[in-house]
Amino acid sequence: MVDLTKRYDVLVIGGGNAALCAAIAARRAGATVLVLEAATKFYRGGNTRHTRNMRCAHDAATDTLSGPYYEDEFFDDLLRVTGGETNEALAKMMIHESKEMLTWIAEQGVRFQPSLGGTLSLGRTNSFFLGGGRAMLNALYLTAENLGVDVLYEAEVIGMEIENGMFLSARVKRGEGHADVRAGSLVTAAGGFEANKEWLEESWGPAARNFLIRGTPHNRGTILKMLLGAGVDKIGDPTQCHAVAIDARAPQYDGGIITRLDCVVFGIVVNKHCERFYDEGEDVWPKRYAIWGRLVAGQPDQIGYIVFDARSLELFMPSCFPPIKADTIGELAQKLELDPAALEKTVTDFNDHVVPGTFDHTQLDDCRTEGLTPPKSHWARRIEQAPFYAYPVRPGITFTYLGVRVNHQSRMMMADGKPSVNMFAAGEIMAGNVLGRGYAAGIGMTIGSVFGRIAGREAAANARN
Amino acid sequence: MHATDTLAEADRLMTVCNSCRYCEGLCAVFPAMELRRDFADGDLNYLANLCHSCGACYSDCQFSPPHEFNVNVPLVLAQARTDSYAAYAWPPAFSGLFARNGLAISIIAALSVAVFIAGFIGWADPKVLYTAQTGPGAFYRVMPHNTMALIFGAAFLYAIVAMVMSVRMFWKDIGEPASTLTEGASIWQAVKDASTLRYLDGGGVGCMNEDERPNDNRRLYHHFTFYGFMLCFAATSTATLYHYLLGVEAPYPWYDLPVVLGTLGGIGLLIGPVGLLAAKFRRDPAVMDKQRYGMDVAFLAMLFLTSLTGLLLLVLRETPAMGMLLAVHLGVVFSLFITMPYGKFVHGIYRFLALVRYAKEKRMMEAGELTA
Ligand SMILES: Cc1cc2nc3c(=O)[nH]c(=O)nc-3n(C[C@H](O)[C@H](O)[C@H](O)COP(=O)(O)OP(=O)(O)OC[C@H]3O[C@@H](n4cnc5c(N)ncnc54)[C@H](O)[C@@H]3O)c2cc1C
Ligand code: SF4
Ligand code: SF4
Repeated sequence: MVDLTKRYDVLVIGGGNAALCAAIAARRAGATVLVLEAATKFYRGGNTRHTRNMRCAHDAATDTLSGPYYEDEFFDDLLRVTGGETNEALAKMMIHESKEMLTWIAEQGVRFQPSLGGTLSLGRTNSFFLGGGRAMLNALYLTAENLGVDVLYEAEVIGMEIENGMFLSARVKRGEGHADVRAGSLVTAAGGFEANKEWLEESWGPAARNFLIRGTPHNRGTILKMLLGAGVDKIGDPTQCHAVAIDARAPQYDGGIITRLDCVVFGIVVNKHCERFYDEGEDVWPKRYAIWGRLVAGQPDQIGYIVFDARSLELFMPSCFPPIKADTIGELAQKLELDPAALEKTVTDFNDHVVPGTFDHTQLDDCRTEGLTPPKSHWARRIEQAPFYAYPVRPGITFTYLGVRVNHQSRMMMADGKPSVNMFAAGEIMAGNVLGRGYAAGIGMTIGSVFGRIAGREAAANARN
Repeated sequence: MHATDTLAEADRLMTVCNSCRYCEGLCAVFPAMELRRDFADGDLNYLANLCHSCGACYSDCQFSPPHEFNVNVPLVLAQARTDSYAAYAWPPAFSGLFARNGLAISIIAALSVAVFIAGFIGWADPKVLYTAQTGPGAFYRVMPHNTMALIFGAAFLYAIVAMVMSVRMFWKDIGEPASTLTEGASIWQAVKDASTLRYLDGGGVGCMNEDERPNDNRRLYHHFTFYGFMLCFAATSTATLYHYLLGVEAPYPWYDLPVVLGTLGGIGLLIGPVGLLAAKFRRDPAVMDKQRYGMDVAFLAMLFLTSLTGLLLLVLRETPAMGMLLAVHLGVVFSLFITMPYGKFVHGIYRFLALVRYAKEKRMMEAGELTA
């Protein structure tokens, strides 16, 4: 039994990748560690459960990585996706540390495999977890438990006592009541606030009500709010997040990877008025995947429809819900509860502007529209071969970037510019330090692992002093 | 669209898994699944028999129950697998034997033992049956060798014919041409994969059994069972050769090849089934097809009894108990033979064949001839 009256060296709030890396590192550094996870044992590890890979720099190919991915290239990629909105020094440090992460995390029992079918483009840069994120978490939990880390599930932290940047105790829900837990230092790894609709609404307006949350319902930003309220410095923009267009039939929370749709580039995307609103073929899908959540969020009622024809049906990864199917565009519109005349007009218009080309979905081909706004720059083929198909899509929020500012020790920085006495942060809750906007696949786990490990190590050292 | 609700559920799961693919590296099932977009009954029966029930994909799945997607691949494939044994049973009239398999096998075994005992009492010379017999031909004084060979030869032949017929149906149903069975490379790969139980390893760490700590116990006990069985089979085969080729009659001395092989195999068949049974009772019930428990238990019990009665016979063969023990042992072995096509024994055959097909598909995948 976990004894909550005892004073632990390190208290970790959260139960995902960042939390477990911190807990293991702190324990290995000799500290006594308690992990408080809000979710049940099955749902432990929030968004980490849904992941499949992490992006780490490496100087040579490995059993599972098809080639080198040098620190410079990683850094360039990060600069490109964030448009420079990153703390460069911190980002470089993270990328450097990510190299060691590949072996460190394997030593904690996590196993890798070559990139999954359908994700060849990541085979060189990203390390895939054998069995996926939950397998990865299971390994971390097993290691943590073997090392003697205490873990409590269904243990949401609902309050914290923080004085002048110093953590004193946390109030944790226990059944109907609660308990106060003291510790020498604190690591917060409780995720972003993506599951908090009210908070999302503050910056996104009522549109946020129609967002689907791809991962855990537990990442409500309660800890983030407490920290900001206690004078920790804020970093990032509350509207910045990773958001993709997912199947509108997905559940409100935890729909995970299987609601993802990779067929935008093969058809057209219309809003509820049957109007197109963005170039579907602007660039290869992996580079455009993460802009469509935001695009759909900007449309009326936050809904869109991907429409394509029989020729494209088998060109993309299958997804969990079947596409809506009809013999004519008009019938398809009816099934989607759209105006048939309007959809027919949009499709005809589109078809009329497609110029002949040689279709090649493996590269930027010359199939495009001419004289159409918005254009479709690649893979534009007339939508003419029945049956016709559609997927309804909504914005699916992966995670938010607003967080607490940290330094190279993963130590929180206070709004007055001073480092916190004993508080550290890792993972989504501080992602905004390196990820001001944009996204590069697998970097969420890199941020969690690298800063988690540092936070754990530093928190352990801090507790001893 | 599907023959059963179980197959419809398997289809749903494979569609979910195909859009996820996180378990791709765990075993053969997922790569084979990725080669398909739609899942006909034959495809699902192939995948179900390819699954070794290691349980890894259940504990690694973010969508397993209580998640609303309710993804439980090991359970549903286990159900589909047993259904497939019944669906391919030959003659089809006997497929009902799979419904309450534990009971069916017990009754057949009991009857078989009873018939042998009655037969011995009825036909054998009481003076021989109840007194100690020694020296070459001791057994055959109780039951003539030719009668024994005839009865067991016929039972064995029947089992082979029934299983060949079933296999033909399976192979046709999964849509694989007969020619695949003549490809040396695929067969050899399948022999290696089956004999090492390559896919009963949870993707490398061992099976998920009673809790989240994976271990290799089931693989170990399965090895005891399988190799025990093979050694016993080898013992019987060498004994047959001794009899017909060398004209040397059983019982053989303890150091002779048939006895050594049989004893080692028998020990394997005591340890293996007990270990597997214990693992079964301890295993997380969530991933097990509890309704078909009876089938597994019956088969393990039959193997155990075959070995136990055989070893007792070896130990007590020079005492007056030999006659009755021989009757019991032969009764058990006879029922093991005739129930082979209608019990858990067939899992090995279908799984081996599924591995043959997978070996072929894997080769073609790697050569780029087959893509999802
Ligand atoms: C569908 C999906 C797929 C993804 N795929 C990838 C991928 O392949 N690669 C990648 O790099 N990233 C991926 N991500 C992003 C990735 O999941 C996150 O970046 C990463 O998991 C964050 O780790 P974390 O430990 O910070 O947060 P989490 O893993 O979300 O952990 C936060 C934990 O804090 C707990 N918690 C929250 N509030 C409290 C509280 N008050 N008290 C106690 N506990 C609390 C939660 O229960 C949760 O367990 C994906 C995300 C989703 C949704
Ligand atoms: S079992 Fe679960 S994690 Fe594994 S492939 Fe299927 S859906 Fe994905
Ligand atoms: S139980 Fe094991 S063998 Fe069966 S599908 Fe899952 S991982 Fe593969």
